[in-house]
Amino acid sequence: MIPAPLALLAELTHRCPLRCPYCSNPVALTGPGAELDTATWARVFEEAAALGCLQVHLSGGEPMARRDIAALVAAASGAGLYTNLITAGVLLDAAKLAALAAAGLDHVQLSVQDAEAGSADRIGGCAGGHARKLAAARLVTAAGLPLTLNAVVHRQNLDRLPALIELALALGAQRLEVAHVQYYGWALANRAALLPSRAQLEAATATVESARAALKGRLVIDYVVPDYHAKRPKPCMGGWGRRFLAVSPAGLVLPCHAAESLPGFGFPDVRRTSLRAAWERSEAFNRFRGTGWMAPPCRGCARAEIDWGGCRCQAFALAGDAAAADPACALSPHHALLGAAVAEAAGAAEGFTYREPGRLPLPKAPAAPFSATKVKG
Amino acid sequence: MTPGAIPRFAPGMKLREDRARGQWVVMGPERMFVPDETALEILRLVDGRRSIAAIVDDLAARYDAERGLIETDVLALFTDLHGRGVVTGG
Repeated sequence: MIPAPLALLAELTHRCPLRCPYCSNPVALTGPGAELDTATWARVFEEAAALGCLQVHLSGGEPMARRDIAALVAAASGAGLYTNLITAGVLLDAAKLAALAAAGLDHVQLSVQDAEAGSADRIGGCAGGHARKLAAARLVTAAGLPLTLNAVVHRQNLDRLPALIELALALGAQRLEVAHVQYYGWALANRAALLPSRAQLEAATATVESARAALKGRLVIDYVVPDYHAKRPKPCMGGWGRRFLAVSPAGLVLPCHAAESLPGFGFPDVRRTSLRAAWERSEAFNRFRGTGWMAPPCRGCARAEIDWGGCRCQAFALAGDAAAADPACALSPHHALLGAAVAEAAGAAEGFTYREPGRLPLPKAPAAPFSATKVKG
Repeated sequence: MTPGAIPRFAPGMKLREDRARGQWVVMGPERMFVPDETALEILRLVDGRRSIAAIVDDLAARYDAERGLIETDVLALFTDLHGRGVVTGG
């Protein structure tokens, strides 16, 4: 019996007015012509709720770039899902927000790139973006919708973390998500410009801890720690195919939003199969589910069911093998790569390769087809 | 949280049934809490009108337990949930 997923990430589009150099979208962005239509998304939401999902994250790209966003919120809400809009905010206005609230939207998560406009607009690659986000935050709270502020942090904004916390309070957010960049795809290409130093990280962690204590009952702070200074990997997605599934703009059903970049997979297409069949029976979801696929040092490790081998995308990005232990683990033979990247970043320039279609070369196909022997070990 | 406080679910937090797993959950953005049977009985009485004292009275009338003990448990639950941003109360 495969436990049901708790949440669906619906990546409605890859269109976005921002060009953040750490975007979690794949390097191969999907064009608007390949996006799922309203009716197909409505079916996906119904199937997700029937499968056991409780929450849907309406994301992208920028979900407000979809003209049918209010209809999509209504469909998700009507299916019984808790609806969370993950937005950059620059396309929001009062009328659109009123339509979303009327459609049953439960919560808005708004991203900011920094606490200070000049830096924020440079990082997001969008002139005037920060001011629009502040206006969007005020619209959200004025509409009576709960607000989370999301700040992706890295070397170039981490020193302003106290100001980001102040900003969350000033904007009336109930929750602040401080998420260190996760380095795959676009972020991996910009890693040297983004990786924080150990001293920066320690200062940020101390800031979060003291703010949590001081603001208890006023502001919830969620903190996603970075791998690169860790000894143990994060339990990515709570384990492959355990709690979470994503659907890409073109309809691929994925165990995580970055998995599309892994070679050697035939991810199920929601236009041809049900979400339940994809979750329970597809080879892609079963490949890294549980612990049976693991090789040493994960196999037999006391933490195998705590961190689930870490992140498959990071294993592929750094070790060249999606079935390897996550190099964030000190037990991985590739762990030294992380320390080397931190050292390289210390003296690196701060320029970015911005997220734009065709800006980065697509990942190379592996020399040999994906090794089937590693799957069952 | 004091006996006079009127607890409410914080913005974005909702008590709802999770039919797939045969349980009730408090849903919030990117998180959920699964109350045990006792906590669920208490949370069902959160309606934005009743004070904590009134919730304790309701439970004391229905359950065979000393009011003082019930009040201790109820206050502890709301204090914990307030600290986690699940309920507000004034």
